[in-house]
Amino acid sequence: MIAFLIKRLFHALLVMFVISLISFAIQDNLGDPIQQMVGQSVPESEREALREELGLNDPFAVQYMRFVANAAQFDFGYSYIFNEPTTQVIMRHLPATLELVAATTFLIIVLSVPIGVYSAIKPRAWLSRFFMGASIVGISIPVFLTAIVLIQIFAIGVSWSPFPTDTGWGSWLNELVSTQGGMPAYGRGNPIPVFGTWETNFASLEGLSYLVLPAISLASIMLPLFIRLIRAEMLEVLQSDYVKFARAKGISPRRIYFLHALKNTMLPVITVGGVQIGTLVAYTILTETVFQWPGMGLMFLDAIERSDIPLIVTYLMIVGLIFVITNTLVDLIYGLINPTVKLTGKPA
Amino acid sequence: MSLLDVNHLDVRFALRGGDVRALRDVCFSLDRGERLGIVGESGAGKSVAAFTLLNLIAQPGYIAGGSIEFDGQELIGLSDRKLRKVRGHRMSMIFQDPMMTLNPVLTIGEQMVECLKAHRRISTRQARTISINRLQQVQIPSPEARLDQYPHELSGGMRQRVIIAIALLLDPDIIIADEPTTALDVTIQAEIMALLLELCETHNVGLILITHDLGVVSQVTQRMLVMYAGRVIEQGPTREIINDPQHPYTQGLINALPQMATPGERLNQIPGSMPSLSKLPSGCAFHPRCGFVERPDGSHRSACHEEVPAFVTSGNCQAACHMVAEMIESERIPAEEQD
Repeated sequence: MIAFLIKRLFHALLVMFVISLISFAIQDNLGDPIQQMVGQSVPESEREALREELGLNDPFAVQYMRFVANAAQFDFGYSYIFNEPTTQVIMRHLPATLELVAATTFLIIVLSVPIGVYSAIKPRAWLSRFFMGASIVGISIPVFLTAIVLIQIFAIGVSWSPFPTDTGWGSWLNELVSTQGGMPAYGRGNPIPVFGTWETNFASLEGLSYLVLPAISLASIMLPLFIRLIRAEMLEVLQSDYVKFARAKGISPRRIYFLHALKNTMLPVITVGGVQIGTLVAYTILTETVFQWPGMGLMFLDAIERSDIPLIVTYLMIVGLIFVITNTLVDLIYGLINPTVKLTGKPA
Repeated sequence: MSLLDVNHLDVRFALRGGDVRALRDVCFSLDRGERLGIVGESGAGKSVAAFTLLNLIAQPGYIAGGSIEFDGQELIGLSDRKLRKVRGHRMSMIFQDPMMTLNPVLTIGEQMVECLKAHRRISTRQARTISINRLQQVQIPSPEARLDQYPHELSGGMRQRVIIAIALLLDPDIIIADEPTTALDVTIQAEIMALLLELCETHNVGLILITHDLGVVSQVTQRMLVMYAGRVIEQGPTREIINDPQHPYTQGLINALPQMATPGERLNQIPGSMPSLSKLPSGCAFHPRCGFVERPDGSHRSACHEEVPAFVTSGNCQAACHMVAEMIESERIPAEEQD
């Protein structure tokens, strides 16, 4: 177990090393940070001096070695735009993103398992057909479009009147297709501080209301994928001999579906799902932009626009680290569920 | 009246091109403690018959007609809740492949205890005691430790022993064993079969043994059915059928046994292969492969490809064959003429 974790730690370091190398290598193509930092009137000589001072004129190898040496002491440099250590900037934006991802993951798990299982058990029911159709629509619509539609319907509100208003039922139907709006769809509201830079949206109803629309739009791309994955796996498992044998033993259908079948269904779902949850962190860029959610995604876009190379590199490395951590967690959970997997390689 | 009476069982699979009839007019019975063998080539409907007894055939299969009377209770049309009380309790099953039959993510103990708890109001502790006892009966070493192991920690032979133990858990009246030794090593096959036979005898459990191994059938069972293309074509006491098969198909099966061949010569075989159930030949489904459609005098027996043969009784056996019917007829007429 400890050997496994140590191995994963090395993985994380390797991933971060490779990411930093790649992101450093492309910095010349990311634009000129000096231009973003100083005003129009600053003469070229002063720009050159600043460039020299920041070490931007040094050869790539020298710059990179300096970065690695500092990084070994947990110093990832200063952000040009925020003028403070990049780690501090990231730490300030990280909680917002993690909370958004957590809320989305919660939505996905709570919805995909029952819907997936239901549509596998009753593949011919009209509700299953509806879910399958809706999931295709969900996968096909890009996140930012879903987000904008959600904002229009639930935050701004729509008042449609496609039906004649001179009859009672007409105005009733009009009311049915119109919405009030009013859901918050901009920023995080007033999150409650927990400790350090971590402020939470989970501690109050008002805070949670700010999470609803961003989480739904972020989930809209992953949820259909999970529903279809769980359904497909479950359908296959239900054909297996051990499910037939459980039926022949006279076990109740509920126990067969939710213990015998679901446990086996979840094995591949967890493997694929774990990677996808990691991808969610990256997907937040779109959602955070549309909802102006003050997380890492929004910060990253800002950093790219202003060529804030240290911040870009640190962000990419942190995302790489998050990927390695989620994968490690997934492997641990997988090992708990699947008795044939031994993480340590030793018999249990 | 027998413990189990199966009459005119008709099972179909609703496929795109129309219904395929997997079982037609299958009738048999089983007395308490009796052992019945069902033999036939792959695709003859043996396994479908086994699964139909507990109404476990999966979509798109369905039971189109017939009756399954078990201990005075009609099983066809019974609610799922009531059928569950029969499954695993009064009639249990042993499947073909022990590597696939046990759930890989549940311990042996969990899979045994849940079966006991589904049918009896007992504590987990009691259920474990019974399970350990059964594991001892199937000669599994250190049964207490096995309860907390997972299937992958056991060999194929061990797993089949566990499955036999599960089948015996609730002292069933009948065990349906669908090719219980086919997937095992040859060296273990005889061991497992002997164990199953011994346990059936000591517990007075009826056995329906589905197999294509005529040797096993002759050693284990008292009566047997031969199936071809979804129909029973011959049935009767095992010894009589093996020693004096009536139906040309049964004769062909027995002649095909390696023991029947002359050393140094090719093994005997039945020409052709089993027809697809969706494209059955007219009349007797076996007639395209049968060597007896021509009478010994060279004349053609047109009934073979025109009519489905009915059962005729010869001694204690019944065979569905026009040739056998003619022979019996011709033996009887001279006997009557002598009177």
